[in-house]
Amino acid sequence: MTFNLDVILQALASGIMVGAVFALISVGLTLIWGVMKIINFAQGEFLMIGLYLTYFLVTRAHINPYVSVLITVPALFLIGAAIFRITIRPILKDAPMNQIMLTLGLSLMLQNLALMLFKADVLRIQTPGQSVFIHLGPVVLSLPEVLAFFGSIIATLALYFYLQRTDMGRSVRAASQSPTAATLMGIDVRFTYLFAFGIGSATLGVASALLLPTYYVSPTVGLFLGLIMFVVVVLGGMGNFLGAFVGGMIIGLTENLGAAILPGSLSRVLTFGVFILVLLLKPQGILSRRRT
Amino acid sequence: MRTTRPYIVALIVFGVAAFLPLMLSKYYLHMAILVLLWAFLATAWNILGGYGGQHSLGNGLFMGIGAYGAAYLVLTWNISPWLSMGIFFIVAGLAGAFVGYLTFRYGLKGAYFALVTIALTEAAVYVTSNWTALGANNGLSLPIAQSNNFAMLQFTSETGYFYVILVLTLLIMMFTIWLASRRFGYRLISVRENEDAAEALGVGTMSTKMWAIMLSAALTAVGGVFYIVLYNYVNPRSVFGEAVSVQILLYAIVGGLGTVWGPLVGAAILVPVSEIVRGSSLGQQLQGAYLLTYGVILVLTMLFMPTGIVGVAKSIRRRLGGRAPEGPPAGVTPGEPQTELSEQDGAAL
Repeated sequence: MTFNLDVILQALASGIMVGAVFALISVGLTLIWGVMKIINFAQGEFLMIGLYLTYFLVTRAHINPYVSVLITVPALFLIGAAIFRITIRPILKDAPMNQIMLTLGLSLMLQNLALMLFKADVLRIQTPGQSVFIHLGPVVLSLPEVLAFFGSIIATLALYFYLQRTDMGRSVRAASQSPTAATLMGIDVRFTYLFAFGIGSATLGVASALLLPTYYVSPTVGLFLGLIMFVVVVLGGMGNFLGAFVGGMIIGLTENLGAAILPGSLSRVLTFGVFILVLLLKPQGILSRRRT
Repeated sequence: MRTTRPYIVALIVFGVAAFLPLMLSKYYLHMAILVLLWAFLATAWNILGGYGGQHSLGNGLFMGIGAYGAAYLVLTWNISPWLSMGIFFIVAGLAGAFVGYLTFRYGLKGAYFALVTIALTEAAVYVTSNWTALGANNGLSLPIAQSNNFAMLQFTSETGYFYVILVLTLLIMMFTIWLASRRFGYRLISVRENEDAAEALGVGTMSTKMWAIMLSAALTAVGGVFYIVLYNYVNPRSVFGEAVSVQILLYAIVGGLGTVWGPLVGAAILVPVSEIVRGSSLGQQLQGAYLLTYGVILVLTMLFMPTGIVGVAKSIRRRLGGRAPEGPPAGVTPGEPQTELSEQDGAAL
């Protein structure tokens, strides 16, 4: 254990960078929960699909990973919307636990389908930017890390303003506040749900392109990243957009500071420790104003 | 409904099953042991998940407490696994109380509970894989039995293990029958059906759920102790991995939530399926084939048969005019969307 200041600074910087990505991967989950009160347990696997898609676009079609979003975003929108239409929509009125179990089943299916198709190999991509480093005093950040940070912030803000300022965004918010009132106002709530689910999955297309240059893809990648999403969303308050951002930052910082201070994979334990602490102190999320 | 009939039915079924070792080969007897073990674990899950409507996605946590705990005690002090069943019944019960306290005290339920249980179980993977006394990533192995030793729960043949788990599963099923017929069982069902209404009628929903999770966790740890004596080996992923927790709830759901026989029926059908898929040459070439099968089964069950096999059988029986004991099956109540957090969330979105 070394408490070297430079190491801590480096961990802080990397933590903020990856925290923004954690926020981006979590906003889809929190959006879907906010709108239709469903926790999509397959969200991590949707991200895995995005990462594989990006991987193949980069390695086989030789497309720049940041350009690949033009394909992955629409593709994930369609995949998400189709899965919603076929499996989730028919049981939207069933007990909430049934929907959770269904998405859990989807997650198992997608994860093991990937295992059968792509084997358990851990795949990475090579991009020219990986050898470019940005020096800020003692802190060194790779170009993909910095791009992931700014890209995630831009994407999250874009989605936020889309929901705030556009008609479709207002429909989504209206449907989340009261499906009945929204229907009376002439909003097609059924379509809005489909659309929100598609958007929730499309955000992962952006995240895939930003994440893959600094990360990897494997069939079980969704297991860990999915768990990060759950923790971030519960930390920020389920359905709370800004909360997801704060939660993402907290988890990004915890993971990186933990890795700098603790040996082995114990930093993961620290992440869950923070999670349990928040559950004990502010179970409705750190940004909730409601007294507990 | 307090009658002796369900107990007699259980005794007869298990009495007949007691002759299985005379008929089955070693391979199929091993499969029967697995069916009973998973039925035991699914029945323990069913107390909170099926009757109480709180679906834990992390019962592997409690199973692992039993498995790791018993292995550690055998290896360090040669303490009998029988004693461990008692010890870790209590330890896991307390762990269950902790999980319940974290989640239930603010009335946060459903999805929230599922998320917390899955996160805590995953945390256990990282804790145990860094814990050298528990073998870290390698886990713990017990020596293979050289002779039959009932006191240490060690047998040289499958038959010994079969009778132990047969009796344990019979006991947990009779316990479920008893529990469901008591006032506590009805309270638990009322929590599942409509928590607010139950509270309004004077049901202490918090204490009901706390007792249910403690019982469910404690019994799951007993199954975990049996798991370690059967396999002689445990590692972080083999008990705390997602697949284990999913298997536990899958058997209960496919068999029939909140029914006495559901978990056993689900395990009796699905465990052989997974063993056959895993054992086949195709299954060995394609990793994950059996979990893929499970995923498909879970999705199809939720879409077309959410009350499970026993639930469907009961409703057919009811339609034919027969009587169906033990209240409504779980999962049929049309759920109102959970509005617990919605006002605030809508505003924040």
